[in-house]
Amino acid sequence: MEQSRPILVMRGVGKRFPGVVALRDVDFRLFPGEVHALMGENGAGKSTLIKVLTGVYSIDDGSVEMAGEPVLFGGPAQAQQAGVSTVYQEINLCTNLSVAENIYIGREPRRLGLIDFRRMRADAGDLLRSLGIRVDPGSPLAAHSIAVQQMVAIARAVDISAQVLILDEPTSSLDAGEVEQLFRVVRQLKEKGLAIVFVTHFLDQVYAIADRITVLRNGSLVGEFRTADLPQRDLVEKMIGQELSTLESLDQQKPALREVEAGRPLIEADDLGRSGAIAPFNLTIHEGEVVGLAGLLGSGRSELARLLFGADRSDSGHLKVDGKNVSLRGPRTAMGQNIAYLSENRRADGLVEELSVRENIILALQASRGWTRPVPRKKQDELVGRYVKALHIRPSDPEIPVRNLSGGNQQKVLLARWLITEPRLLILDEPTRGIDIGAKAEIQKLVVELADGGMAVLFISAELEEVLRLSHKIAVLRDRVVVAQLANTEDVDADRIMTTIATGVTA
Amino acid sequence: MTIDLEAETAAEAVIDRKRRTLTIRKYVPVLGTLVLLCIMYGIGIANYENFYNTQILLNIFIDNAFLLVVAIGMTFVILTGGIDLSVGSVVALTTMVSAVTLNHGWPAPLVMITVLVMGSVLGFGMGCMIHYFELQPFIVTLAGMFLARGLCYVISTSSIPIDDPTWITLSQKRIPIGSFSITPSVIIAAIIVVIAAVVLAWTRLGRTVYAIGGNQQSATLMGLPVARVKIAVYTISGFCSAAGGLLLSFYMSSGDPLHAVGMELDAIAAVVIGGTILTGGSGYVVGTVLGIIVLGLIQTIITFQGTLSSWWTKIFIGALLFLFVLLQRTVVRRTPS
Repeated sequence: MEQSRPILVMRGVGKRFPGVVALRDVDFRLFPGEVHALMGENGAGKSTLIKVLTGVYSIDDGSVEMAGEPVLFGGPAQAQQAGVSTVYQEINLCTNLSVAENIYIGREPRRLGLIDFRRMRADAGDLLRSLGIRVDPGSPLAAHSIAVQQMVAIARAVDISAQVLILDEPTSSLDAGEVEQLFRVVRQLKEKGLAIVFVTHFLDQVYAIADRITVLRNGSLVGEFRTADLPQRDLVEKMIGQELSTLESLDQQKPALREVEAGRPLIEADDLGRSGAIAPFNLTIHEGEVVGLAGLLGSGRSELARLLFGADRSDSGHLKVDGKNVSLRGPRTAMGQNIAYLSENRRADGLVEELSVRENIILALQASRGWTRPVPRKKQDELVGRYVKALHIRPSDPEIPVRNLSGGNQQKVLLARWLITEPRLLILDEPTRGIDIGAKAEIQKLVVELADGGMAVLFISAELEEVLRLSHKIAVLRDRVVVAQLANTEDVDADRIMTTIATGVTA
Repeated sequence: MTIDLEAETAAEAVIDRKRRTLTIRKYVPVLGTLVLLCIMYGIGIANYENFYNTQILLNIFIDNAFLLVVAIGMTFVILTGGIDLSVGSVVALTTMVSAVTLNHGWPAPLVMITVLVMGSVLGFGMGCMIHYFELQPFIVTLAGMFLARGLCYVISTSSIPIDDPTWITLSQKRIPIGSFSITPSVIIAAIIVVIAAVVLAWTRLGRTVYAIGGNQQSATLMGLPVARVKIAVYTISGFCSAAGGLLLSFYMSSGDPLHAVGMELDAIAAVVIGGTILTGGSGYVVGTVLGIIVLGLIQTIITFQGTLSSWWTKIFIGALLFLFVLLQRTVVRRTPS
């Protein structure tokens, strides 16, 4: 592999956006028959590098060579013609068409000028079988899971003379089995001599499949490494720089051991429930307490949270805030009780991409004051400055439009928006999903600090380790029922919680 | 991990079921229209003598051939997720230009070619504006609608009769089918319907129309000629409007700046009632044909009824539109994106 000539070389690549240097003097090379992982935090420049390569963005500095020839693609279509295909995280296919059409659209086999659907389906069937994908080519794409759609996208890309295949976070929404299925396909392609760029956040996946790793940080190249020569710990360090110590100090601490001074009960749910969403449950959250919700996807975690935020109305039991009965008629009443909810789909949830970081952060506070009493600019700057610093929002200029920020930083902006309303109960629904380790560690650290400051936090995460690391108390959900509530003591570990999730009985 | 295996089998069964329902669901809107059509026809036959006469059905085509042609062009546009409000005005402009040029002694074939080119060029221009300047189709075609209607009045503020022999022949000739008859306009409309259906179902242009309606961004990233096809659909719509205008001028034997006022809305109604989804990507030409028949049947039933004013047609069309957009909403909502 080493001795062959690289199929793709990028040298000294630079890219600037208004107010942000997205890439600075980055080198990248790719050999045929290898899987090359492109790693880095959110905002490190992975996506930008891919987009510069495929011609989505123009290139400001540097050069791109393919098979020794300088190239400059005008757009993804042109890059694809030249053999560079990209499969994105969001599936870029048309779900209203059939699987076969999605593979062949634009280059369908024709007879007498008309599309030969029979041959197209047969060809698609052969292609999919050769990649080990079992799908009926005549079925509509919308009928298939994201994983299958992803593989159909790969099949299409490969079939269009791909020499270089770029997989941009293909596994973000897949479960473990689906990832393995995808990797089987990737390995097969690698055998065939394709050069594959794999962009991801998931460390384990990198070690499972990549031959080589290029690490970016803050738009600069950290280095190119052979996977075998780079232990996972070192990779993390290279990705996030000096902040590893934060992560490690958090790792060793178990909050229940931090001598919980449970304050007054803030939230008391008494047989609160909603039929079809979550069975009646009892839950008490004290001031300064972090309550973790553990359970599988669809076990009712978000449904429970939505009841506490009034996003859905309960049809049984009652809720006390501060010992007083309240009926949450909607999010506005919940906000009036100082309850804040950061939902799991942050993109859809109120980030105004055209507005600046400052304007986005100030929105909820302004809304709670009413539009007749604007927050003075000086106070805005002070508040925003404090949270940009506390949450390490990057770039740190609050006047940059939010659309120019990476996913993790957008998440922090939303978090800041809720924090400045000074909630007493903060509900975080998967706050660390899809963001990088550095930002994750910062958010975890922040949760601990907020709780220490007296805020109650309801923390929902699919990652048990994270729940275990942060929570004083863990409520375990199974099939929309709260099956157990455990104080997070020394003897509670991931195994025990998993057993509870699996059996519904406290181990 | 036995639980997992069981879950997987169960999940696969669910997916299989989902796949089947999805395949069927594609045809639900069109089937819905067909069922409605049969019910209405049944009501007509049950209540009115002579309603069973096949000529009644043929008359629907004779009276609506121009609208059918216009609606076919509209189907292309709506399938890409766009809209074309200019069609009614372009129809009127076509009748005006035809009438004036014929009165100036232009030969009939030249007049036909001229107006067809004119309609296509208008559509092409609007398509370019929509695509290259990323303007809303609604606004661009609204502007086109005012422009074309205004041009009608520049030509003349009053109706211009057409007495060209070709036109008179085309408007009066009846082509017998057994004991029934149709007009040449119906044949022309039928030819356009067949061509449109073939183009949409079996050509790259047609499939790209569906792809753009399904997800324009994806279509671009898949390297499809989005610009060309988007401009093409507005050009096709312009062409169909001009063709519809010609058929209307045969039918009316006149050019009038007041012809086809609001016809764009009738065309949209026919397309939507025919099961084409307004956000694009799903629908069939045959649906639009059914949509036209539904509209025609409403008119016919009200004529047979005799006591209701013709404005009741509009009320029924309104009610049906509500029904169909509701149906579409439930169908689209349940389809995972």
